Amino acid sequence: MDLHFGDSKPTDDERAAVDALLGPPESSWEGADRSDADLRWARGGREARDRRDLLLPGLHAINDRVGWISDGALDYLCRRLTVPPAEAYGVATFYAMFSVKPRPATVLHVCTDLACAAAGAPELCSGIEERLGPGSGVAVERSPCLGLCERAPAALAIRAGDPVRTAVSAPATVEEAVLAASAPDSAPEEPPAALAVPQAGQDGLMLLPRVGVVDPASLDDYRAHGGYTALRRAFELGPAGVIREVTDSGLAGRGGAAFPTGRKWQATASQPDHPHYLVCNADESEPGTFKDRVLMEGDPYALVEAMTIAGYATGAHKGYLYLRGEYPRSLHRLEHAIAQARARGLLGDDVLGQGHAFDIEIRRGAGAYICGEETALFNSIEGYRGEPRSKPPFPVEKGLFGKPTVENNVETLVNVLPILTMGAPAYAAIGTGRSTGPKLFCVSGSVERPGVYELPFGATLGDLLTLAGVRDGLRAVLLGGAAGGFVRADELDIPLTFEGTREAGTTLGSGVVMAFDDSVPLPRLLLRIAEFFRDESCGQCVPCRVGTVRQEEALHRIVERTGTDAAGDIALLREVGRAMRDASICGLGQTAWNAVESAIDRLGAYE
Amino acid sequence: MTVTPLGIPRRVLELTIDGEEARVPEGSTILDACRAAGKDIPTLCEGDTLRPKNACRVCVVEVEGARTLVPACSRKAEPGMEVRTDTERARHSRKIVLELLASSVDLSTTPRVAEWLKEYEAKPDRFGPDAARLNEEPKIDNDLYVRDYDKCILCYKCVDACGDQWQNTFAISVAGRGFDARIAVEHDAPLTDSACVYCGNCIEVCPTGALSFKSEFDMRAAGTWDESRQTETTTVCAYCGVGCNLTLHVQDNEIVKVTSPHDNPVTHGNLCIKGRFGYQHVQNRG
Repeated sequence: MDLHFGDSKPTDDERAAVDALLGPPESSWEGADRSDADLRWARGGREARDRRDLLLPGLHAINDRVGWISDGALDYLCRRLTVPPAEAYGVATFYAMFSVKPRPATVLHVCTDLACAAAGAPELCSGIEERLGPGSGVAVERSPCLGLCERAPAALAIRAGDPVRTAVSAPATVEEAVLAASAPDSAPEEPPAALAVPQAGQDGLMLLPRVGVVDPASLDDYRAHGGYTALRRAFELGPAGVIREVTDSGLAGRGGAAFPTGRKWQATASQPDHPHYLVCNADESEPGTFKDRVLMEGDPYALVEAMTIAGYATGAHKGYLYLRGEYPRSLHRLEHAIAQARARGLLGDDVLGQGHAFDIEIRRGAGAYICGEETALFNSIEGYRGEPRSKPPFPVEKGLFGKPTVENNVETLVNVLPILTMGAPAYAAIGTGRSTGPKLFCVSGSVERPGVYELPFGATLGDLLTLAGVRDGLRAVLLGGAAGGFVRADELDIPLTFEGTREAGTTLGSGVVMAFDDSVPLPRLLLRIAEFFRDESCGQCVPCRVGTVRQEEALHRIVERTGTDAAGDIALLREVGRAMRDASICGLGQTAWNAVESAIDRLGAYE
Repeated sequence: MTVTPLGIPRRVLELTIDGEEARVPEGSTILDACRAAGKDIPTLCEGDTLRPKNACRVCVVEVEGARTLVPACSRKAEPGMEVRTDTERARHSRKIVLELLASSVDLSTTPRVAEWLKEYEAKPDRFGPDAARLNEEPKIDNDLYVRDYDKCILCYKCVDACGDQWQNTFAISVAGRGFDARIAVEHDAPLTDSACVYCGNCIEVCPTGALSFKSEFDMRAAGTWDESRQTETTTVCAYCGVGCNLTLHVQDNEIVKVTSPHDNPVTHGNLCIKGRFGYQHVQNRG
């Protein structure tokens, strides 16, 4: 590859940030000063290009240290990794958390998404922007859902430096958000993850038994509370036995698509091509979803153990944990947990002395909802733009780095622990025939006790809302997040199962249950959903790239209209929505019209 | 003597297209099968010399058993597949895709698009006068070619041709995201500061005229570009011994554009800067 680099040079800080990740450059071929020795030999080829997957970590390193990515920094990173600068620029400009233009070292992300908007985010935002204007040293950015819906409205401050500092303010007031941004180190500590689990400490929980009970930093505490019994059981059963248990349990993916996990594992395990990879999708970005965050913050070792089991069963020796960029506490907890597990022989060349090698690497996302799509996530890890690939081929055949890959959501993986400890028959006995086991629901909005709830499949929407203390004046409930659908307040008998929601013409999605009372103007809510999809469309295919824009424009036109005044635009929305659903490459475009359609048809919005 | 490479013999598979039996070699796409059966399916991002990107979604067809529509250009034909090319559902998506493009992009130099807009009864104006458009100014930063991204449908063909599919120069990429995504060189710099080697292979594959010879761009601006008065002469490039084929487009006894035949087994439509742009000496009549 004959790469062309410009004349821009990195600053010392930028160079140091990249070198801290990659080590010092070995020759001028990699960006060091040229010496006579460099004229005698060359380094390049496949070995140099094979480090492309370090591009995203490299961009993070620069952005974390300096707060933005300059021409010189990008060029230096490209030299180090043998990546064409144009492609790296395309990657850097893909992610919302990166900037290729100078900006203040501190960025305050203020969530303006559904739950936060209903909890007063617009006023919060304008209040903050008044206090932190130009010259304040803080860039205020309106952000999509930060996954802190139980404490809405939320704000996340990130201050670049060495090390990068973060502070969360939720529920945020103008005063507290400004404090978090101007002095992240002295901002008050975030409340423990257990506060997001109203059931914490109750008996009988299968997915959340340790949240709020154990010290999330302590491996001993985890083991004292049943940790690593599932992995031991897995080694007794052998890989095929584990897959059989998971298949018999009827476990279906909890990320939204509900694909049978056992089948996915079996399909990956049986691929002759090697190596196999395991990817944990922790890019939890669906507005209203925060269950994975609570699991990772409250019980990080459970995910480490579950990934180890999945790797063992599918023949993968390397697991990637793709973590949402906006989850700093999850990152710290998991980094710590993985290091502890490694130090104690629970990860590494010989897990538990059983001869199986497995290790986990965390990769951080950088603000792109689309990277939660499984193939976009592969591209993101590989150092390309996070654009979905067309399927087939499916990931079990050609996934990460073109190799057989099993990709599971955090909650799906954590379900494997009770399956192995209690056995598939006992697990399958929970729930309904086609939706087995327990399910986590993210309840937010107009309820007294928002948070993550664990219920066996089969409970109704009404049961859940009663548990969470739904407030008077309920107007609508959004199921499944922005890609899901609204149901009416008189439809609370819908069973919260995959088949029950499907029969009711809606979706369970990732388990979002967002309650809205009649104080929230529905057209504004729909407009926010449309803005979300417009912002998050990757731009690859026409139906989604332009369709989401046209959808937003139409909803903007009718935000104050009803009846016949809105009829023309609603007809237009239906036509565009149908083409987005039919002809988009991936689930983002295919579901971008779901919530709006359900609001029109079920709730009678604009009537 | 012309030697036609036969390649490895391929098995033939059977499928049905619009209810009629069709037989195609294994490995063919649905689009190949449809074209062989005489079906005219519109395509924009599909390129005969490039791997399908299936970004534009204008070639979607219905396949029995598939939840969504399927891009004909990239989906491989399978034995027993039932393909329907002209259903209301497929036509609806094609029509919307054409409307979405025509309402946001300048398609005035895209071949056949006017015909398709008519055929699918597309009405791009119905999104209203305020519908967002790309609103890009032409980038004129060198003497050889112009990048008019107001005409760009983001088909990725130029990126693929510049990258690992042909040129391996990697001068351009898609930058930004969603509706704001644009083709750009690093740091959105002028072409002259980039890795571009001016082979013009991106112009060769551009389906909309967003990339064009400076000569064509200037003549269009002056209103003198007239393809009906142009002749095309295919000859051999005289610069080196490779023997690339050139097609010279001549208007009023002046070379106005150079392309290369895509079916050439050596170059597949690709040239270098000399073959593509180094024709001035021919016109130097002293």
